[in-house]
Amino acid sequence: MFSELSLVVHLLVIITIYGILAIALNLIMGVTGLFNIGHAAFYGIGAYTSALLAKAGVPWFYAMLVGVFLAGFIAFVIGIPTLRLVGDYLAVVTLGLGEIARAVFKNWLSLTRGPMGLPGIPHASLLGVKFDTAEKFLLLGAISLLLVYIIAERLLHSPFGRVLKGIREDEAAVQALGKSTYRFKMWALVIGSGMAGLAGSLFAHYITFIDPSSFVMWLTFFIFLIIMLGGPGNNLGAIVATVVFVSLREGLRFVSLPEWLNPAALQQLLFGVLLIIVTIFMPRGLIPEHKITYRGHPGHAEN
Amino acid sequence: MLRIDKLTKDFGGLRAVNDCSFEVPEGMIFGLIGPNGSGKTTVFNLITGFLLPTSGRVSYRDQELTGLPPYMIAQHGIARTFQLVRVFRRMTVMENLLIAPQHQAGENLLLGMLQVPRVRRQEREAIKRAMKLLAVMGMEGLTDEYCGNLSYAEQKMVELARALMTDPDLVLLDEPTSGINPSLINQILDYIRKLRDEQGKTFLVVEHDMRVIMNLCDRIAVLNYGEKIAEGTPDEVSNAPEVIDAYLGV
Amino acid sequence: MELFAQLLVNGLIAGGIYALAAVGYNMVYGALKFINFAHGSVAMVGAYIVLALALSGLHLYLVLAFFLSMVLTALLGVFIERVAYRPLRRAPKLAPLTTAVAASFVLDAAVMIIFGADIKTFNLPARRGFQIGPVFITPVQGIIIVTSLFFMVCLYFLLAHTKLGKAIRAVADDINLAEISGTNSDLIISAVFAIGSALAAAAGALIGMDTNLQPTMGFIITVKAFAAVVLGGLGNVYGAIVGGYLIGIAENLGVWYIPPVWKDTIAYGILTLMLFLRPAGIFGKKEIQATVL
Repeated sequence: MFSELSLVVHLLVIITIYGILAIALNLIMGVTGLFNIGHAAFYGIGAYTSALLAKAGVPWFYAMLVGVFLAGFIAFVIGIPTLRLVGDYLAVVTLGLGEIARAVFKNWLSLTRGPMGLPGIPHASLLGVKFDTAEKFLLLGAISLLLVYIIAERLLHSPFGRVLKGIREDEAAVQALGKSTYRFKMWALVIGSGMAGLAGSLFAHYITFIDPSSFVMWLTFFIFLIIMLGGPGNNLGAIVATVVFVSLREGLRFVSLPEWLNPAALQQLLFGVLLIIVTIFMPRGLIPEHKITYRGHPGHAEN
Repeated sequence: MLRIDKLTKDFGGLRAVNDCSFEVPEGMIFGLIGPNGSGKTTVFNLITGFLLPTSGRVSYRDQELTGLPPYMIAQHGIARTFQLVRVFRRMTVMENLLIAPQHQAGENLLLGMLQVPRVRRQEREAIKRAMKLLAVMGMEGLTDEYCGNLSYAEQKMVELARALMTDPDLVLLDEPTSGINPSLINQILDYIRKLRDEQGKTFLVVEHDMRVIMNLCDRIAVLNYGEKIAEGTPDEVSNAPEVIDAYLGV
Repeated sequence: MELFAQLLVNGLIAGGIYALAAVGYNMVYGALKFINFAHGSVAMVGAYIVLALALSGLHLYLVLAFFLSMVLTALLGVFIERVAYRPLRRAPKLAPLTTAVAASFVLDAAVMIIFGADIKTFNLPARRGFQIGPVFITPVQGIIIVTSLFFMVCLYFLLAHTKLGKAIRAVADDINLAEISGTNSDLIISAVFAIGSALAAAAGALIGMDTNLQPTMGFIITVKAFAAVVLGGLGNVYGAIVGGYLIGIAENLGVWYIPPVWKDTIAYGILTLMLFLRPAGIFGKKEIQATVL
């Protein structure tokens, strides 16, 4: 019973980390409609930056912040030329950049130790509290998730968020209304990528070991599957879908598979098929987007 | 005053608009007609910055618009509707209208997230304006409907209302009455005339329905194969032989 | 100097393969304005089919296996189009893009499960190469050069001198217009995918012959094909070919200056840079930019 409980706690920690990734990608793709295939790269940038700084003696909180800001900054740099491109081109460029990032993780041996990964990452600690057990880390993860959720929701329900949705629906029409869509898209990209960086830092300091295989492009699509099912633009739905899919994925580890069946490949196959099915038959997601209504709002007088 | 000066647009080997020039003074309702494919919507796209002219210039109130991106042109007080309605389908009617006003404080990331008093006040005012507009069109009950669920006519009305929410001085309407039933058409025409009379707004209207054009417009230009073949009052134009030729020849 | 010439020739050989992959890719893009992310994975499947046919129980002659694989892969391409892209013709652009990537994952995973993740080769007999001037070409490399050129010429004839080719070009130019003049666009689209996938299979098999086979090669082929197409100009067949050769040359000359591990990154880098600086490519039209109506 002891080990089952710790299993559940571990699962919950992973859920909080993936939940942050989901809300982040939701902001970029679900709300604003930017097809960012490089999302996993920012997860990785946050992880590696935070890990390397912490191993060099920087306290976790600052290492994490640098990771978040570096992820956001690199997103900004990438955004400058790419946000002016039409959707498909953005997808391809972010894919290319994501892979370049992963190539850097894998090949810049002197910095990242490549495929051997970075072991011995210090635990996260804040105000004297060391988050060295799963239970303690769950607290940190949950608080981070809550923070990210609140920020995303406030953004979504603001006039700023309204413009983001408009960009998703029809960017040209938004421009015809006199708005420079570039600025809005850039913020969405930067904030979402920064959040992914936060998730990366949390991941690194929880598992205390990272290697390039955690930041593959497939991960971005796993997250994409999550937000598609949770309902694009729906943050609560994203969290619910994260719970479902992460549990499913971790659960798959325990199903005894025949020798020849590679579990990672099986995951990829199943979730790939699922993504195709969901995209074709449930484009609005399982849970519809939360409708923002105005009846009863001061200013709305029906007579 | 909107000034189109020798506007030309080539698409590879195809010349869609050829040396087109005309002027639209303030407070006028100006019509743009011509057979299918005569380049009317292309002219709209050139004026609003969605297409770059091959040569020629566009200016509004003596300010050069040629080569500006669409959002900057819109900021000059120019609004437009589209031939095939382009409302935000997965947003409600009210959201479609509220997104429109320019330079909202809430569009600033921080101010919007924090919902500072200025943002909330602007929201309230915008909602009031939106409700008035919807009331004119008889659509007050639809505020929280997703635009994707509305009928084509309702969507066109929302798109028109959204354009008006930007408080424009010049409004470009691309076939505003197509797909709308006749009783509603008259209401819309009355409303356009009212906006011109009471608020001095200028309109440039592309239309196919001749009765609408004759009824509504003070002046008309006729395009055929991208060239302006006639310009004048509705009476002058409807009797011009070149115009009759162009329409009959199609 | 000899080394340079050798690298150049190696580049041309690889480039020929990339050009083949790029041309197939470009056909789909030209006809549908659709970026087919699954293209490389389809190429990979083609390569593995040749492997299965030639090396396992069936022991088919390599040439026969090659052509059979092209046919089978063509069918696969048509199947994928019907199942994963056609239902999404009217959906926002991102939807078929998503299913394309998902399809590539499914194919990659399936190959990994069936064939395993280890590196496989065609076990071609190692024969002595022959000397042409300062460069050394093995028979296999010679076959690759000839084969890739052969298919490119075939494609040229198909597009320029057959009824099907004309219909394809019509659809690529303006699909609505083509439909009005009586073309069955669905049929043409299936044909485009069939041809493109067959060419992809050829390219994949040639890569397998040139180097080796592994389940991760699919994605890399997609990126390089796309890099070639963007470099040459999207929608431009000759551009795709030129782009393919340029990428091959850039890669092989590049590893002279940088560590070989970064070889694949060269293609990513070219792709990214081109999209930043000149998305229209070398031969493309300049109208490719941010927000178009």
